[in-house]
Amino acid sequence: MVNNKFLSKSTWQQILPKIVLSPSLIVVFAFVYGFIIYTGYLSASNSKMMPSYDWIGFVNYSKLFALRHWKIAITNLAVFGTLYIGICMILGLTLAILLDQKIRFEGVIRPIYLYPMALSFIVTGTAWKWFLDPGIGLETIIQTWGFEDFSFRWIKDRDMAIYCVVIAAVWQTSGFVMAMFLAGLRGIDDEILKAARIDGAPAFKLYTKIVIPILKPIFLSAFVVLAHMAIKSYDLVVALTNGGPGRATELPATFMYSYTFTRNQMGIGASSAIIMLMTIAAIIVPYLYAELRERKSD
Amino acid sequence: MGMSSVASTPSTGSIARTCIYVVLLVFCLFYLVPLYVMLVNSFKELEEIRGGGMLNLPENFTTAPWSSAWSTAQIGVQPTGLKPYFLNSIYMVVPAVFLSTMIGALNGYVLSKWTFAYHRLVFGLLLFSCFIPFQIVLIPMARVLGTFGIAGSTWGLVLVHTVYGIGFSTLFFRNYYEAFPTELIKAAQLDGAGFFQIFRRIMLPSSGPIIVVCVIWQFTNIWNDFLFGASFTDFDSQPITVALNNLVSSSTGVKEYNVHFAGAILAALPTLVVYIVSGRYFVRGLMAGSVKG
Amino acid sequence: MKKMIAALSMTAMMGSAHAIASEVEVLHWWTSGGEAAALNVLKEDLQGKGVSWQDMPVAGGGGENAMTVLRARVSANNAPTAAQMLGFDIQDWGAQGAAANLNDVAAAEGWDAVVPAALQAFSKHDGKWVAAPVNVHSTNWVWANKKIFDELNLSVPSNFEEMAAAMDKMKAAGYTPLAHGGQAWQEATIFDSVVLATGGVDFYKKALIDLDASALSGATMVKVFDRMATLRSNVDENFSGRDWNLASAMVIEGKAGMQIMGDWAKGEFLNAGQKPGEDFLCFRFQAIQGAVTFFSDQFVIFKIGAYRQAAQGELAKAIMAPSFQSAFNVVKGSVPARTDVPNDDFDACGKKGMKDLADANSSGKLLGSLAHGHAAPASVKNAMYDVITAHFNGEFSSAEAAEELANAVAAAQ
Repeated sequence: MVNNKFLSKSTWQQILPKIVLSPSLIVVFAFVYGFIIYTGYLSASNSKMMPSYDWIGFVNYSKLFALRHWKIAITNLAVFGTLYIGICMILGLTLAILLDQKIRFEGVIRPIYLYPMALSFIVTGTAWKWFLDPGIGLETIIQTWGFEDFSFRWIKDRDMAIYCVVIAAVWQTSGFVMAMFLAGLRGIDDEILKAARIDGAPAFKLYTKIVIPILKPIFLSAFVVLAHMAIKSYDLVVALTNGGPGRATELPATFMYSYTFTRNQMGIGASSAIIMLMTIAAIIVPYLYAELRERKSD
Repeated sequence: MGMSSVASTPSTGSIARTCIYVVLLVFCLFYLVPLYVMLVNSFKELEEIRGGGMLNLPENFTTAPWSSAWSTAQIGVQPTGLKPYFLNSIYMVVPAVFLSTMIGALNGYVLSKWTFAYHRLVFGLLLFSCFIPFQIVLIPMARVLGTFGIAGSTWGLVLVHTVYGIGFSTLFFRNYYEAFPTELIKAAQLDGAGFFQIFRRIMLPSSGPIIVVCVIWQFTNIWNDFLFGASFTDFDSQPITVALNNLVSSSTGVKEYNVHFAGAILAALPTLVVYIVSGRYFVRGLMAGSVKG
Repeated sequence: MKKMIAALSMTAMMGSAHAIASEVEVLHWWTSGGEAAALNVLKEDLQGKGVSWQDMPVAGGGGENAMTVLRARVSANNAPTAAQMLGFDIQDWGAQGAAANLNDVAAAEGWDAVVPAALQAFSKHDGKWVAAPVNVHSTNWVWANKKIFDELNLSVPSNFEEMAAAMDKMKAAGYTPLAHGGQAWQEATIFDSVVLATGGVDFYKKALIDLDASALSGATMVKVFDRMATLRSNVDENFSGRDWNLASAMVIEGKAGMQIMGDWAKGEFLNAGQKPGEDFLCFRFQAIQGAVTFFSDQFVIFKIGAYRQAAQGELAKAIMAPSFQSAFNVVKGSVPARTDVPNDDFDACGKKGMKDLADANSSGKLLGSLAHGHAAPASVKNAMYDVITAHFNGEFSSAEAAEELANAVAAAQ
C-alpha cells in the first residue's frame, strides 16, 4: 500500500497509527488545552470588553468569590446537577426496564421518549415556560377540570424555580439515557439470565443482583453525558427563566456568559470558566482514571 | 448477542402489565406535552393565543403561521422566512458530521487496536475536550479563523464543529471497537493486510450501528448550535438556528407565537426525521458499544 | 516603465475598490416585523444610490447576542461595515480604536446642530463622530387602559401619591393595577422612572450617572426602593418571567390598569387595533419638570479599510436623512434622533414624544436611561440590575437594597 524505502513494512505499520492520530491530538491540544491556558491567563488579567494582557494576579478570583451572584450559581449547579443526573438515571433505568417487558408498540414509544433530545431549547423553552406558568399553564388547566385548590407555581417562586429547570432538563435527556440503558439490557448475555432464573431468583432480585451490576459501564457513560450536559446547561435556563425570578436560577454557564460578554467583565468571566473547568476535572478525572484502570485488569 | 429482552416471557400478571402500560403511557404524555403545545398553537391565530387556552385545539384552524415561518416571515430586513437558511445549515452540517465521524472512527480504531504506550492517557485527553465550555473558545477561535482567512465562511464553521466533535466521536468508536475481536485483526495481519486495509475491509463494514449513534449525536449537536453559528458566519452563511433565533427573539416587536412554534418545528424537522428514522438502529448501536466497551 | 506599472496597478486597485465599495454589511438585532420592515426602507434607499445591503441580523437579549457576535467578528479581523449599538458600548468600541471617523460626513451634513447634545455624548468618541443615531426611545412612559380610567373616574396621576391612590382604586375594583413582566430589565425600566420621579433630575444624575456612593445608599434611595415595593404590591402574582408584550396585552384586554414601559409598547396597542386617546392613554410617569429618560439606537461605522469609506459615508448619510428618520420612527414607536424632522406623520403619542424630547433637550433634562445602557457602563448597569431585581422579588428590604446597591456599584467599577 505504501512504498517506503527507508522503513520496513512492519515499522511503517507501527508509525502509521500514530500519524493518523496526531492531527486530532494537535488540534485538540491547540484548540482545547491551548485555549484553556489562554483563558487561564485572561483570568489573571484586567480584560474588560475585549481580551487584555495586563497581569493583575488573582484579583478576579477574589472578586468572583465575593459575588453573591456566583454563590447562587454554584449552589444552583450543585442542586441542579445532583437532581438532574440522579433523576435522569433513575427514570432512564426504570423506563428502560419497563420498556424491556416485551411491550407492544415499543417502536412507537421509544421515539416519543427520545425525540426531545433532537429539539433546540430556543423554542421548546417557550412551550415549557407557558406550561409551567400558573396563569395559563398546568395550574389553570387542572383548576378548570374542577380541582380548584390545585396549585403549581414553582416557576414563579424563587426557592422552587430551579426545580422547574430540572424538570425541563430531565424531559430533554432522560429519553436518551433510557435508550442507553435499554441498549445495555438488550446486550446482556442470555445465558447469565437463564442460569439465574433456574435458580429461582424473583424478578426484583434478578434486576438488583444481576442486571444492574452488569450495567455498571452504562451508568458511567450516562454519567459523563449527563455531567457534560449539566455543566453546559445554558439555552435551557435562558429560555425558561432567564436566570429569574430575581437571579434565583442562575447557573455557572449563564454566569460565565453574562460576565464575559454582557457585563464586559471578561476577567471575572474567565476566572469563573477556570473554576468550572477545575470542578469538571475534579469529577471527570477520577472517573476516567477508574475507567482506564479497569481496562488494564481485563 | 441479539436484541432480546431481559424479561424472557410476559410472565407477570395482567394487573402488573396494565400498570406497566399505564406508566409508559403517562410518560409518553410527559414527553409529548411541549410538542403538543407547539403544534396546536402553531395552527391558531394570534388573537386566539392571546385569549389563553394553551391546550385547546384551534378554533379557527389556519396554516398561515407555517407558510409565514417558511417563506414570508421577517428574519432580517428581508421577509424571507426560514427557507434560505436551511441550505446554509445543510452545507455546514453534512461535511462537519462526515469529517468528525471519520476522524472519530480512525481515532477509535487506533486507540483500541493499535495501542501504544500512554494510549489511555491520549484517550483521556481527547475525552476531556468534550467538557470545554464553548463560551471561552469564542474569541481565541475567532482569532485563529481570522489568521487562516476562513472567518465568516462555512468552512471555518465546519472546522470548528469538527474539532469540538472529535472528543465524543472518538469515545463512541473507541468503546465500540474495544469489543471487536482482536483475533480477526491479527488474522488479517498475518494475511498481509495493512492498517488502512483492515480498517476499510474489516472495521468499517461492521461499524454500522455505531456510525448511526455518532451521526445522530453530531448531527443534533451541530444542527442545534447557535453560538458558533452566529459568531463565525457572515451575512450569507448564517445557519438556521440563527434565523430561528431572529424569528423568535426580537426584543421590542410583536411576538407572533404561532409563527414561532411553526418555525421551531420546521427548523427541527431534519433532526426529528433523523431520530425517528434511525431510532431503531440508535438503540442497537448504543447496545453494541456500551456494555462490552 | 516603473511609473507605468505603478499607474496600472493604481487603476487596478481603484477598479477593484469601486466594485467592493458599493456594499455595506450591517449587523443589527431588528428582526421583528415592524422594525425590520422599517429598516428595509434604509436598505432600499441605499440600493437606489448603488450601495447594496448585506444583512447580518442576530437577535436576542436586546442586542446581547449581536454584541457577542461583534466581538468574534472583530477578533477575526472580519468586522462588519456597521453595527447597531447602544450607549456605552459605542464608547467602549471607540476606545478599542475599532470605529471609523465620520467627522467629514457629520460636518457636511451639519449633524452637530440637529442632534441633541445628550445623544452626541454617545455618538462621539474623543471628539470624533463614530456613530449615526437612528432613533430616540424614551422609557418613562405609562400605558393605561382608558376604559378602566373612565370607569373608576381616574385622572392622569401627577405624583406618586396620586398614582398609589389610583392603584388602590383599581385593586378594589378587581383589576390588576400594574401589568408587569418580572425580568431584570423591565424592573430596571421602572426603576429609572421611580428614581427620576422621587429624587428629581439632579438626584438621577448624581446616583445613576455619576454613581455617587452617598446618593446610591442614602435616604432618597431608600424611598425609591419603598416606592418600588409599593409598585411590587400592585402587580399580579404571576408576574415573574413574563415577556413585556404579554404585560401590555393585560392592559389591552382590560385585565390590568397600567403598564410602565418604554415607547415601543405603543406598537402592541396599535397592533391590537387600539387608538391612542380613545382606547388607551399614554402619559409620562409623573412628568415632573419635563424630564425624559432615553436611549438611542445608533449605527457604529467600523474601520475596515479606506476602500469602503464611500459606501460607509452613504450609509451614515442615509441613516441621518430626515425622511428616513421620520419613516422609520413612525413604525418603530420611537422619535427621530434629530430635532428638525417634521412631525406630520406621527400620531398623538408620537407627537407628544417629539415635543417632550425637544423640551427636555433644551432644558438639559434629557437623561440617559440606566435600564438601557445609557447611564452607566455595562458592568455597573448589570450590577444594579442584580440588586433591583432581587429587591423586587423580595430578597432585600429597602434599606438593605440601597446599601447593597452602593456596594454592588463599587464592586463593579
